[in-house]
Amino acid sequence: MKILKVLLVIFFLFSLSSVNADNQDEINKITKNLRCLVCQGQSVYDSDSEFAISLKTLVKQKLNEGLSEYQIYNYLKIKYGEWILYDPELNKNTIVLWLLPILIFLIGGAIIFKNFFFKNK
Amino acid sequence: MKKKLLPFFVVIIFGIVFIVFYKGLEDTNIYTPDLNVQKDIPIFNSKDFYSEKVLKSSDIFEFDKTYLLNIWSSWCVPCRQEHPLLMTLKQNDKIDIIGLNYKDNKKNAVKFLQELGNPYEKIFIDLDGTQAIEWGAYGVPESFLIYNNEIIKKYIGPLNEDLISEIKYLIK
Repeated sequence: MKILKVLLVIFFLFSLSSVNADNQDEINKITKNLRCLVCQGQSVYDSDSEFAISLKTLVKQKLNEGLSEYQIYNYLKIKYGEWILYDPELNKNTIVLWLLPILIFLIGGAIIFKNFFFKNK
Repeated sequence: MKKKLLPFFVVIIFGIVFIVFYKGLEDTNIYTPDLNVQKDIPIFNSKDFYSEKVLKSSDIFEFDKTYLLNIWSSWCVPCRQEHPLLMTLKQNDKIDIIGLNYKDNKKNAVKFLQELGNPYEKIFIDLDGTQAIEWGAYGVPESFLIYNNEIIKKYIGPLNEDLISEIKYLIK
């Protein structure tokens, strides 16, 4: 009986820590995609500034309130603008950013293809 | 024909890249925050600084009135600088100054107000900084000019005499 109790306690402890770990993983994932607006070149996850600490607390709170990752991003986007996200969305300001690499890749590929095949002929 | 087309494309691509980068040169590389992101003031519950009773945002901000929300802290040096200016602004009866005490120790905050005066109509507390994020703030000091429950203007950093006269002009 005693062993059973001990096992139960151990099981309970383990399940508890894994719940916390899940939450922490989620917080880390979100804060890694948030730019620390008062630091240069750091994510909220990396930074220990007052702003970043508050933001980490807020993300935790919002997750506990049941908000999803994208709801949190949207919430922060309303407050601080798109700049807070590291992953920019496709819109008219970022279209060059998104399309230029693909365009260069395609054209480069076309040049290589052309030179390789047509020269051999 | 095909041989002529290739240099043409290369020139075009380099042209596009050149224009993109050249335009980028004109932008400052220092990030200036977008000041007009959020218009409406957030709805929140917070604690009153003195009584520690729960304050609702609707209790603090009335429609058809002008407010200056000032985020301050006793440990913040620039707040100390701008404080005398807030004291002068207090004398203007067209505006109510509301304080948001940011991540502060109550004892120090009370001492700060005793020392420099209290320009605030009401003060509410933000212990973990999440309240300030609701407002879209970056740190201390920061001030928001509010009218009809909308943020008209946001001042990041300490207020100076020019900004105070700007506020006075805006609320006229």
